[in-house]
Amino acid sequence: MSTEKTFKLDGKSIPFQDGDTIMDAALRAGEYIPHLCHNPEFAPHGSCRVCIVDVNGRHMSACTLPAAEGLEVDNSSERIMEQRRNILQMLFVEGNHVCPGCEKSGACQLQAVAYYTRMLSPHYTHFFPKRSVDASHPDIAIDFNRCILCELCVRASRDVDKKNVFSITGRGLESRLVINSASGKLGNSALSASDKAVSVCPVGAILPKHVGYDQPIGDRLYDNKPISVVGDVASANNQQENAND
Amino acid sequence: MTEMTDNTVNESGEKQKPRIATAALCGCFGCHMSFLDIDERILQLVELVEFDRSPITDIKEVGPCDIGLIEGGVANAENVEVLRDFRRHCKILVAVGACAVNGGVPAMRNQFELKECLVEAYINGIGVENPQIPDDPEIPLLLDKVHPVHEVVKIDYFLPGCPPSADTLWTFLNEILAGEEITFPYSLIHYD
Ligand code: SF4
Repeated sequence: MSTEKTFKLDGKSIPFQDGDTIMDAALRAGEYIPHLCHNPEFAPHGSCRVCIVDVNGRHMSACTLPAAEGLEVDNSSERIMEQRRNILQMLFVEGNHVCPGCEKSGACQLQAVAYYTRMLSPHYTHFFPKRSVDASHPDIAIDFNRCILCELCVRASRDVDKKNVFSITGRGLESRLVINSASGKLGNSALSASDKAVSVCPVGAILPKHVGYDQPIGDRLYDNKPISVVGDVASANNQQENAND
Repeated sequence: MTEMTDNTVNESGEKQKPRIATAALCGCFGCHMSFLDIDERILQLVELVEFDRSPITDIKEVGPCDIGLIEGGVANAENVEVLRDFRRHCKILVAVGACAVNGGVPAMRNQFELKECLVEAYINGIGVENPQIPDDPEIPLLLDKVHPVHEVVKIDYFLPGCPPSADTLWTFLNEILAGEEITFPYSLIHYD
């Protein structure tokens, strides 16, 4: 008789190990919970709130909630999907996300999760914040208009690349991503194109130069298949790198 | 959800077709071109609907309509006027395409002061002769910022895409004319 511990996700039994979050166990079982700031290679961050689920009547982020025996998790009701849509709509109006003018379009996780939740409009009033683009680095550009403050680049640069190129500064609405270099510019930071930090950005904020439209619009990761089937931007980049090795 | 009311019979007892009006505000006309991409299905459409004001009919004033399709965002005083006129006359108003839905590419000028944009285009622009900022009273005044249409009037439905594909427009029109719930398969939801 197995003594496997389980919880229920949309009625399905999901096995878990001690120390797992709801997200860890779901990912291992091949169940998709929408997410942006989560990447299984890094410690959970819990900032984007897109992985919101209903757990025994309470709304929690799946990436930070420890799995426990007997939990009933709702990951797909219209009520949960609507909340996710609202969160995504806020992310869209808070920055400047001009999909027709973005070279990441079609392979952008923000866009893909919005498609998955059937978001048809931004609903809220746009902030149209004034943000800059930093193209001072020969191989990498950063467009702050599109940054959703997921801190994946911060975590990757600090924990994997050991370079600490990125930080978040300010609080609340004033929060923004900054570059740790003497001039504050990417060009004289320690970042290099092969850094983990360059491949983890879920949106079109950190972009490798010179490859923008190598893959045509229409053939991109999320153009024909949903993110629940093809997975995250970062894992697609990993596979790409392994294929190139 | 807004529904079309049943007034399909006129005084003399004839069946009346639903009326559709379309307008292009601050867009590139791509959404109207995509609409024409429904190709020969337009013959089916004219069986189902009557066109009111639209660049397709060249009727200049919008009358009472069932459905209004708006392409483009709101960038000048005339856009505001046309949009409000459409809202007054159309039972169902639809934002069609990226510019109507979120301002789109024209809203990238919101990063700059209006004056900077005018100076860049008309004073310092490459190849400009006799530099001057146009000020003819017939030219609609530009707004400080470009806005999505839902920031100016109430919008009932949104069709994203730059442009929304002909199939997206066709699916929407068929569903709404049949009184069905508006749903799209994954392949028809795009922001680019
Ligand atoms: S630049 Fe990209 S990876 Fe870094 S915080 Fe912003 S969205 Fe996240």
